[in-house]
Amino acid sequence: MAEYSAFSLLKNALSGNRDWKPAWRKPSPKASYDVIIIGGGGHGLSTAYYLAKEFGITNVAVLEKGYLGSGNVGRNTTAVRSNYLLPQNTRFYEHSMKMWENLSHDLNYNVMFSQRGVLNLAHTPGQLDDLARKGNAMRHLGVDAELMTPVEIGRRVPGLDMSQQARFPIYGGLMQERAGTARHDAVAWGYARGADRRGVDIIENCEVTGFLRDGDRVTGVSTSRGDIRAKKVAVAVAGSTGRVMQLAGIDRMPIESHVLQAFVSESLKPFLDTVLTFGMGHFYVGQSDKGGLVYGGDLDGYNSYAQRGSLPIVEEVMSEMLALFPSLAPVRVLRSWGGVCDMSMDGSPIITTGPLPGMYLNCGWCYGGFKATPASGFCFAHTIAKDAPHEFNAPFTLDRFSRGTVIDDKGQGPTPRMH
Amino acid sequence: MLITCPYCGPRDVSEFAYQGDGNRTRPDPASTDSEAWNAYVYDRLNPAGIHNEIWQHAGGCRVHLAVVRDTLTHEISSVRFAREHGTPTHSRRNHGAKA
Repeated sequence: MAEYSAFSLLKNALSGNRDWKPAWRKPSPKASYDVIIIGGGGHGLSTAYYLAKEFGITNVAVLEKGYLGSGNVGRNTTAVRSNYLLPQNTRFYEHSMKMWENLSHDLNYNVMFSQRGVLNLAHTPGQLDDLARKGNAMRHLGVDAELMTPVEIGRRVPGLDMSQQARFPIYGGLMQERAGTARHDAVAWGYARGADRRGVDIIENCEVTGFLRDGDRVTGVSTSRGDIRAKKVAVAVAGSTGRVMQLAGIDRMPIESHVLQAFVSESLKPFLDTVLTFGMGHFYVGQSDKGGLVYGGDLDGYNSYAQRGSLPIVEEVMSEMLALFPSLAPVRVLRSWGGVCDMSMDGSPIITTGPLPGMYLNCGWCYGGFKATPASGFCFAHTIAKDAPHEFNAPFTLDRFSRGTVIDDKGQGPTPRMH
Repeated sequence: MLITCPYCGPRDVSEFAYQGDGNRTRPDPASTDSEAWNAYVYDRLNPAGIHNEIWQHAGGCRVHLAVVRDTLTHEISSVRFAREHGTPTHSRRNHGAKA
């Protein structure tokens, strides 16, 4: 029987909720494992879960420098979508979307996946043409997309300024109804529990300080809790990719680390039942189940490993929100924070074997890693288990830049802060 | 974040445009060395710590600046004219040891 069910809730309520087991153990690291995963974020934990569940590899350790969920998995704005233009991205993210749709059931853990839709707004006729093209590309690959008229948008999002006097009048939008949001902490906790129950050791407060090598081959890691050997070492550390790869002697990567800020407002009554993106700048907003508006905008725009941003972006994000919703002017900001994003040179991720023997690499998520969590873990687990990529991550190689097969969804070129 | 422009004095970061990593060297335009071009276009040092970068005072005197900034603290230790000091002032080895 499932550990979490209506029956177990009732039973534990009657005993005063004293008998719940911790969702994961706190094991000490063993001397060696079949697979070590560096990074206990969403992608590292989901990789461990699928290694155990799909590929039967349970002698696995996930090493996390801080506490579980302290990085980007707990810092994102929780949107889940698969509205991409290029087929390599669409296939991968749509696979992820299908996994999201069954994730709470699969994990027996409520990740509060809510398919409330993601609506991209167009503010010029040209932009609307562009969204129609993207919608057609999505539908061509079997992904849902609907072009919406201003009247339909006004009905769906009553708070929007739909007048022609708006700072940027709205000409239409592209809606993906199956897209939505999920509770990001629950995703980390659900995967952690699922992996733990299948025998994976999740080791928190364990910082990797170096790689153990036998010639070129990676044979383990040195950590703040001693040396740990492994047949395979997988790296899934998002914004810290540069630092960890440097420990392996790899100085240069097609990645820059940038800081992205996010914001939550005070709680409001239900106001917005979809996720909205603004077309004339970089701004997106949703409303959490607690009522707070969760929103963000552009990167700060310069290399940074500090998990905090500066004020010009705060001002820009707020002004973009007010351009869309003038009525939100009196609403106060509750919290803001920053996360470090591993911005790749074409805006697409890297999930691959190598670059050293015995090593596996998962990085380059820019600021879109959260929605990829299930498919990233599944594809990375496949890559680790079989020493070959799954068809969905086969295009996301590290050498695509030198081979001329970049996957640049926005067509921005190799300027990471623009993706 | 304030950047002290050698012409204009300390100014808000919003006046400046980030031009990116200052450690890169463009190969000779006549070069057909594809590895060197690939490294120039795609590969980055991306250090956690001291970083050489190029900024332009786009909302001011428009001069290009060679800035040395710490990516962990955002502290700026040096701002000079890029045309005179565009070449890296720190090698990877020096600050790698520090980081």
